[in-house]
Amino acid sequence: MSFGARVVRTRWRQAGRATRWGALAAVAVLLAASGLAFGAAGGDPPVRRLAQRIAVVDGPRDDQRVTLDATFYTPARRGRFPAVLLGHGFGGTKDDVRGEAERLARAGYAVLTWSARGFGASTGEIALNSPDYEVKDARRLIDWLAARPEVRLDRPGDPRVGMTGESYGGAIALLTAAFDPRVDALAPRITWNDLAGALFPDFAAGGDASAGVFKKMWAGLFFTSGAGGGACGRFLPSLCAQYQKAAESGRADPEVVATLRRSSPAAYPGRIRVPTLLVQGQTDSLFPLDQADANARQIAATGAPVSVLWYLGGHDGGDPETSWVEGGVRDFFDHWLRGGSGHTDGFTVTRTGGIDSSTARTVVEAASASRYPGLRAAPRTLPLAGRVQTIRNPAGGSPASISALPGLGALGALDGLGGGALSGRLPVDMPGQTATFDTAPLPSPVRITGSATVRLRVTGPRDAPLFAKLYDVAPSGAASPAWRIAAPFRVPGGDGAREATVTLPAMDHPFERGHRLRVVIATTDMGFATPSAPAAYEVAAVSPLTVPTVPALRAPAPGVPAWVWVLPGAAAVLAAGVLLTGRVRRRASFDPALADVPLEITGLTKAYKNGHLAVADLSFRVEKGQVLGLLGPNGAGKTTSLRMLMGLIRPDAGEIRIFGHRVAPGAPVLSRLGSFVEGPGFLPHLTGRDNLDLYWRATGRPASDAHLDEALEIAGLGPALDRAVRTYSQGMRQRLAIAQAMLGLPDLLVLDEPTNGLDPPQIREMREVLQRYAAAGRTVIVSSHLLAEVEQTCTHAVVMTAGRRVAAGPVAELTGTGRRLEDAFLEIIGEAR
Amino acid sequence: MTDVAVPNAAEDTPRPGSPGRDGSAPGYDPRRTLPLRVEAVRQFRRRRTLVTFGILLVLPWILVLAFKLGGDPGPDNNAPGLVDVATTSALNFALFALFVSSGFLLVVAVALFCGDTVASEAGWSSLRYLLAAPVPRVRLLRQKFAIALSYATAAVITLPAMSLLAGTVAFGWGPVTLLTGRTLATAPALNRMALIVAYALISQLVVAALAFLLSVTTDSPLGAVGGAVGLVIVSNILDAVTALGSWRDFLPTHWMYAWMDVLQPDIVWTGMAKGASLSLTYALIFLALAVRRFRTRDITS
Repeated sequence: MSFGARVVRTRWRQAGRATRWGALAAVAVLLAASGLAFGAAGGDPPVRRLAQRIAVVDGPRDDQRVTLDATFYTPARRGRFPAVLLGHGFGGTKDDVRGEAERLARAGYAVLTWSARGFGASTGEIALNSPDYEVKDARRLIDWLAARPEVRLDRPGDPRVGMTGESYGGAIALLTAAFDPRVDALAPRITWNDLAGALFPDFAAGGDASAGVFKKMWAGLFFTSGAGGGACGRFLPSLCAQYQKAAESGRADPEVVATLRRSSPAAYPGRIRVPTLLVQGQTDSLFPLDQADANARQIAATGAPVSVLWYLGGHDGGDPETSWVEGGVRDFFDHWLRGGSGHTDGFTVTRTGGIDSSTARTVVEAASASRYPGLRAAPRTLPLAGRVQTIRNPAGGSPASISALPGLGALGALDGLGGGALSGRLPVDMPGQTATFDTAPLPSPVRITGSATVRLRVTGPRDAPLFAKLYDVAPSGAASPAWRIAAPFRVPGGDGAREATVTLPAMDHPFERGHRLRVVIATTDMGFATPSAPAAYEVAAVSPLTVPTVPALRAPAPGVPAWVWVLPGAAAVLAAGVLLTGRVRRRASFDPALADVPLEITGLTKAYKNGHLAVADLSFRVEKGQVLGLLGPNGAGKTTSLRMLMGLIRPDAGEIRIFGHRVAPGAPVLSRLGSFVEGPGFLPHLTGRDNLDLYWRATGRPASDAHLDEALEIAGLGPALDRAVRTYSQGMRQRLAIAQAMLGLPDLLVLDEPTNGLDPPQIREMREVLQRYAAAGRTVIVSSHLLAEVEQTCTHAVVMTAGRRVAAGPVAELTGTGRRLEDAFLEIIGEAR
Repeated sequence: MTDVAVPNAAEDTPRPGSPGRDGSAPGYDPRRTLPLRVEAVRQFRRRRTLVTFGILLVLPWILVLAFKLGGDPGPDNNAPGLVDVATTSALNFALFALFVSSGFLLVVAVALFCGDTVASEAGWSSLRYLLAAPVPRVRLLRQKFAIALSYATAAVITLPAMSLLAGTVAFGWGPVTLLTGRTLATAPALNRMALIVAYALISQLVVAALAFLLSVTTDSPLGAVGGAVGLVIVSNILDAVTALGSWRDFLPTHWMYAWMDVLQPDIVWTGMAKGASLSLTYALIFLALAVRRFRTRDITS
């Protein structure tokens, strides 16, 4: 053993018990902490990263040389892995997806990320995922993957590869799959089906991008994030010119629509036929849920399996649910790229289930159904009330209503919790600009999942845009957007009255019982280009509201961590352990030979924790009818002996038997013992009478056995009996306590210094009481340090000093003839010393 | 003591033949000792009990007065709190009263009833006479804890009940306004109120059990009550140390306010499940330690 260890051990022994426990606890905490640190460092398998510049050739005539800045992530272990092409969002670079790429690589994928042409360190110009440019680049990247030794191949030149990415990166996945059959699985996120329709939406039936309403706020952000500082930045000049024209006029001319369509999966029906997981955001006014719906319909029509997942985030913000969404994508790839079992096809919607108060985070629950039913499933019709309303477009189109705006997504999440006070303070609609049509209060809750539709009749200037929104109206009348999103539409036709069926924004929202659904038609919306000419419209709802539902969506009960169930069970086991191990089992013991002996003490020994030996090997016996005096100076061990007699203190050795039954804490035989030891013990707020009454009731014995009246007479308290004990003098308490000891006329009565605080006549009375008490065959033990007292009261005496019995016998014997007990006592004590 | 009609033993039969097989006096049955009613009466008339209930009964009226004098609380910041909507209805007022008192006042009340019960008997020396009656030790603990817990429960229920009354008088009966601004009709709101009180009780179990453990450990009632309250304070302090991360989830008071989850449009159960689980866990262990300790302890008070 080293010197240090020896020192520690010595110190350990010297340390107090508390210190040792404290040290143990500290060591435990340190071990736990270091275990965590190790776990964090050692838990994740490392990832190999390879930065690479990949030269590709693209362009309509395959003559443009572009260098793509790429990074290849692979698991550090050897082997061939399925590959994933992971694209980035518009305005970003490959570095944006580094975290996700590493996580995928750790999960066993070879992940290639690249900055799209025109972004980051890649060369070239932005062509908006054009089949002539970006799609060709992506196909060359698949070629590159096919040549890597880390990538698993389906056949030479055809790697096992999935594609995923958000927004711009999601669209390239869909478009690449339309042009390259080597792509095996797709998980595009928050992306478009029809870019023209997304930027120039028109939600009137039959509406088309060419008549759509320009989504100016988002389009502007989209364009400038690609343009960088310059007017056209890194856009293809032709594209830049088209955008500027459209932004200026607020209308999409056919040329623009054609360009945007070429970059849209919608233009290639029947050509995307691989398993697809479509992830779309509910807080997304740029590419709303209907874009994913269109993709789903288009791909499912080829027979390929399609899953749809709506999460709470999106381009507007909101909860990104990053780990959950990525987990879903990973399960999907596991299933389709290497035969894993974590993914099942279907439809999943995440919903806010409130806020976890301890973490202040939104609780998200995921509801799932086995099939994606589209946006018009299981429709219910709800009649709409509301007269014909006149609404106005202000001159200049301002002030405008606010529905969704880039970055306002966080408010949308609050709305999901029921129209938060925060969003209530944000101006939503301007007076005079909105027509509202309400359903009746709902008799039962309705959860809309999909797009509601309504037919409207509009009179007013032709071609002017209107905005349809869905609000949730509480019984109090407070209305808030169900989701912060608006569906713009134009009602085609002349200047007169004309009708159109309008599709409201797709959403998942619960309307509670008693709430109403409100269709709001606004003339303005800040996110869109609206005419500046003042105008008035008459709007009427001419059909009920059709509300789609998906009852099959079921949310599993939100889980709680396992420890919630385990801990109480473990505690119960621990508690049982604590109780069982602590038990000192002493079986009841009865000696029939002693059945008539009120008290026999043998070999009684008690040492206190400080080492003081209070009682040492004490033995004596008391017979029926005796009044035994337990005599000794202060500190002789009398009271300790009596406490052991009452079962309050456990003897270290020896035993006490009352009528043959061994005394233990709570031994039933104690019910035949009446005791008054070391002062009275009463509830000071109760009267003397109540104290005795309640004490007797606490013994559980019949009231008729109490002999309360006799006891009260012994106490002799008179009218004071009905005063609170706290008002008593010491003598009064003393007498009450002796009365309490005599309740039930116990066979063995033990009184410790009973005459303390009594005046001489009372002392004499007491003496007589005790003698008469014993005369009937009951037994009395009186402990006292007053010799005269014992001499006059007792028939027998046990003399103790320093915990030992030094003499015992009839008082007459002890005193000898003519000798006073005091002399005898002093003599005995003197001998003992 | 003069003129004593001494219980004339000669006239009473000594009843030597009547003791039971276990040597007990006739009519003695350990299962009948210290009945709950007796213990309830013993504790009820204590000044401590009456003062505690007095405070809980008066506090809502003081709060009403404060709101009446100070006017309606204006929304002073973006986060809506219970105080902002306290005066909208009786139920909201009761929720507010519960919110401001559950962190400390109710803790003290629960610690008082459960921490004082055994220690005060030790202090009065009445404990030894109960044990020598004899009331079996584990039974004594059981009965005492049951009554102490009953009084603590009554205290926790008294406050919202009186708040409902005071709130009805002062602010009228009506639907409750949730934190998100949504309103809830009175019938479901009352159900949620009951849920809140139930959770508040369960979350106080840990305080009750610790106070009880200290109560059987020390002879000083003040020490037992103060010790339990001290634990809550220390736990709250540690809970403020965010560096402890998820370790804080296991602090006994971490979930004390999880009942606020009931006030969301959809009740969130996870926090309350964790809080209840933890409270129950600590309570079981503390109670087992209390029994183990008291069962074999030398009673020297």
